[in-house]
Amino acid sequence: MKNRLGRTLNTPLSPPYSESSAHHEIQLHVNDEVVTARVESRLLLTDFLRHRIGLTGTHVGCEQGTCGACTILLDGKAIRSCLMLAVQANGRTIRTVEGLAVSDEKLSSIQKAFHEQHGMQCGFCTPGFLMSLSGLAEQGGPKNDAELDDHLCGNICRCTGYVNIRRAARQAMDLDAVESDE
Amino acid sequence: MKPAPFDYVAAQSVDHALTLLAGEVEAKLIAGGQSLMPLLNMRLGRTDLLIDIGHLEELNHIRIDEEGRLVIGASVTQADVQNHPDVLAGWPMLAAGIGEIGHPQIRNRGTICGSLAHNDPAAELPAIAMALDAVAEIHSVNGTRTVPVEDLFIGPFMTALAEDELLKQVVFPPQQEGAGWSFKEFATRPGDFATVGVAAQIALLGENVSDVKIVVFGVAGSALRLDATEASILGRPAERAIDIAVSELEMEIKPAEDIHSSHLFRKELAVELLKESIAEALERCL
Ligand SMILES: Cc1cc2nc3c(=O)[nH]c(=O)nc-3n(C[C@H](O)[C@H](O)[C@H](O)COP(=O)(O)OP(=O)(O)OC[C@H]3O[C@@H](n4cnc5c(N)ncnc54)[C@H](O)[C@@H]3O)c2cc1C
Ligand code: FES
Ligand code: FES
Repeated sequence: MKNRLGRTLNTPLSPPYSESSAHHEIQLHVNDEVVTARVESRLLLTDFLRHRIGLTGTHVGCEQGTCGACTILLDGKAIRSCLMLAVQANGRTIRTVEGLAVSDEKLSSIQKAFHEQHGMQCGFCTPGFLMSLSGLAEQGGPKNDAELDDHLCGNICRCTGYVNIRRAARQAMDLDAVESDE
Repeated sequence: MKPAPFDYVAAQSVDHALTLLAGEVEAKLIAGGQSLMPLLNMRLGRTDLLIDIGHLEELNHIRIDEEGRLVIGASVTQADVQNHPDVLAGWPMLAAGIGEIGHPQIRNRGTICGSLAHNDPAAELPAIAMALDAVAEIHSVNGTRTVPVEDLFIGPFMTALAEDELLKQVVFPPQQEGAGWSFKEFATRPGDFATVGVAAQIALLGENVSDVKIVVFGVAGSALRLDATEASILGRPAERAIDIAVSELEMEIKPAEDIHSSHLFRKELAVELLKESIAEALERCL
């Protein structure tokens, strides 16, 4: 029997799935917990985090790496989770925005600064900014405003105009003593 | 959007990746995924099998070999190269150019070799690799070949890599003592792909230009070595280099028009960036 595209139906439609490589057993650390799962090859890490393990703090804006809403830490470095497959996270360590606060009552210093400086309006971009800045902090923090701005440029905010976000970031990164070129 | 279905294999070694590449199934390598994943997500591209080489320790080397050359393996990220002390000391143009690629969050995953293999006409690395006379070491199940990167780039998003070939490492020869360098680009916003960029390297003997390499990108299908402009200032007095180069450049490049900018704007940018980069390279000459 043939389908509309002229392919024989008893052969698999594209791609030629092989049982061993179409699905994968993965194990990874997410926010200090071990997670095991079976995932399809094409499942994006963002969708794994959001839909499979319910961590919806990682947002999805563009799925092409430009907006930064999906930024997470992979082995301590800020990366785009929309440009990575869940299967590629096998054996790796991931931190999402849910894993930043020290406890329900105690925010991380970066979160606290965003709260105090009101570094948001709708909040859609906020997890991405928090994760980008957490990655920067893990690398020892920025030496100057230029280095901070290089990181902030990787995240898009459509509401605020960035002024309060930058204020919060400078506070969290201890750049307040340094003169701002704001 | 989400990618169309594909199989995925994390290669166990370079040989494993090469065997899979040579197989029947239509396959693509993935290194950092920072160019390929957007294409798959937007369904501008599809493949039946993704062969991951991004995690391979065998390819994760930045080293200086016996001949003083810088060797960068295919799983080395742009961020790792940008901050590497040997790179900063011996190939500062490479480190400076990487700083202009996207954002830190992109450079944490994107690789040097992936950018060369992708050959985006607006990308920094193909132009820089050309200006630094880099050589690509290419492997397949049939053997190994080395190709000057200049011969690798054949058009927009097109390279001389065959479908079963893997760019294993890229090799940068030691740079001439005392030569000055400059990398300049214009992008609409910091982190955007450049509209036009220039990579220049100049050496002086007394008052005259004794060696010169100039590569522009954003004015042709891929990075363009300015042979005529280089020849026009070779052996000429350094203080006249900018004037001579600019009049030659205006004849040598014929940028096309696209949605990002008009051909006139691209030409104007190339002229201004050329002036700035020659001036900066001359300042840096010892
Ligand atoms: C938001 C954003 C902004 C960006 N801005 C810039 C920018 O300003 N300038 C710039 O130059 N780039 C930019 N990039 C692209 C980035 O630099 C990519 O990292 C790079 O182009 C490709 O490297 P990769 O390792 O991610 O390759 P991948 O995406 O994994 O692969 C790209 C292509 O190369 C092939 N390939 C990869 N490795 C090899 C190999 N070793 N041998 C043979 N083929 C191989 C793949 O099959 C694929 O076709 C940006 C990307 C994003 C998402
Ligand atoms: S959703 Fe990942 S960068 Fe926009
Ligand atoms: S606060 Fe709304 S997008 Fe940034």
